[in-house]
Amino acid sequence: MARVLIVAEHNGSALNPSTAKCVTCARSFPSDGVDIGVFGAADQAVANAAAMVEGVDKVIQVSADSSAGPVAAVLAPQVAELAAGYSHVFGPSTTFGKDLMPRVAALLGVGQLSDIMAVDGPHQFKRPIYAGNAIVTVTAPEDRPVVATVRTASYQASEGTGSASVETTDANASLPTHSRFVELRSASSDRPDLQTAAKVISGGRALASAENFDILYKLADTLNAAVGASRAAVDAGYVPNELQVGQTGKIIAPDLYVAIGISGAIQHLTGIKDAGTIVAINKDEEAPIFEVADIGLVGDLFKLVPELTAALEQS
Amino acid sequence: MQKIMVCIKRVVDYNVRIRVKPDGSGVATEGVKMSINPFDEIALEEALRIKERGEADEIVAVSIGTSDAQQQLRTALAMGADRAILVEAEGEIEPLSAARIFLDLVQQEQPGLVILGKQAIDDDCNQTGQMLAALWDRPQATFASELSLSDGKATVTREVDAGLEVMEVELPAVITTDLRLNEPRYVKLPDIMKAKKKPLDVRPAAQLDVDLTPQFSVIQTDPPAQREKGIMVSDVAALVNALQEKGLI
Repeated sequence: MARVLIVAEHNGSALNPSTAKCVTCARSFPSDGVDIGVFGAADQAVANAAAMVEGVDKVIQVSADSSAGPVAAVLAPQVAELAAGYSHVFGPSTTFGKDLMPRVAALLGVGQLSDIMAVDGPHQFKRPIYAGNAIVTVTAPEDRPVVATVRTASYQASEGTGSASVETTDANASLPTHSRFVELRSASSDRPDLQTAAKVISGGRALASAENFDILYKLADTLNAAVGASRAAVDAGYVPNELQVGQTGKIIAPDLYVAIGISGAIQHLTGIKDAGTIVAINKDEEAPIFEVADIGLVGDLFKLVPELTAALEQS
Repeated sequence: MQKIMVCIKRVVDYNVRIRVKPDGSGVATEGVKMSINPFDEIALEEALRIKERGEADEIVAVSIGTSDAQQQLRTALAMGADRAILVEAEGEIEPLSAARIFLDLVQQEQPGLVILGKQAIDDDCNQTGQMLAALWDRPQATFASELSLSDGKATVTREVDAGLEVMEVELPAVITTDLRLNEPRYVKLPDIMKAKKKPLDVRPAAQLDVDLTPQFSVIQTDPPAQREKGIMVSDVAALVNALQEKGLI
């Protein structure tokens, strides 16, 4: 019978919601249990949050003598060591999981499945290829562990009502010293997190400057929405890279996605396919974004966005 | 550093809108334009810039695939790679198999740095660099948007979900590239001519002592679910109404 190990994503003090989404994926096929492994320097709060995710049997906190930060080369041997005894090892398809899980798989001598979006059975999965323009059904061998990343936009987070036990164990694997975490630079923001927000307002090249993004921030604040951007807007330097939505940026699934001045390149559409409702505002009525939009409005964004913000403030 | 190895994959061109075959057996790739995977092109450009700064002596471009992949290696040579190696193999090469082949080449070539794209835009796997680094037991710095070398170390800025992460790795190491690392140069006609004279070594994969058996089987390929056709509204008031009807505001 299957037993699933999920590699927790955390920032040292808080559990990332992607972890609970992996749990939902793992619970969509029959297994003897779903455990969460917490690796790297983490407060007790991380393990406690993991233990509260519904459907988790056990949380295993692995402590190791390393202050290297979240470095895949250091974490992978620890994950591979704990993976013995599990039929499945899952991580989120975030930059954390994409960096780590292939290294884990290679250490275990097995292939890795990227971006599981649906489970047909313990050894049969669906995943997107070609920027989501095709979906393949893939079978994995039953005689070796399935190492995979879970496409987080395809799953709701499992609720936080569980009460799993927490165990602590020491890593025995020898850990390399050739890789060192230096720092994380992120633009601090009080807005909701792009990856988990229920509403997202995104801007594209048509915004034409960093300053002009202010009208988007105002609209976002009115709706309590996160702000995203197309690759073109990030490349042009209007907003930082972590706001990019699309094939090579973040894949998101908010209830409401508002695309403003975004033409809708296929690579961008990949990132928003699972949104509940897509609204597009664009001056070009031929823009491909209107092919996927649930509600389209053609016109000048510099006039329409402030008008929309004002209307929403009144309603 | 003496040598940089750049791994290149031949893929369906970025601008081609692919079609799923009606019988679900795969994606129609016959007759479509093929190119160097864009992320690998960025990898090569970065290697060229390192060499132009005098921080490397030689760039070896390597690929795995049918003999058609020689075209992409010729393009790499025209961009400025010094020589190329094609490991000739038929059929689907999974990332783990590719990593095993690259490991074999790494052991022969002993590069100080291996640079490759973070993912190929056909299978979107995002695995090969990490797997090569694991098998090689060397550092990896994935999703690089900035790279500098000094004292046998690479300082790499990585594009991660939370922002930009900086890490330092000892060489030799594997670097995978993100979009904003650089903008690849255009190939000039005289360079295409010159590239014809550069060495391109073709080796059958069967000669290597590497297990290339696929672990996964693709049993079905489907087009993605289509979203239902939406509505157009004429003004902001109508948009607000539509959002209210859906209970979104």
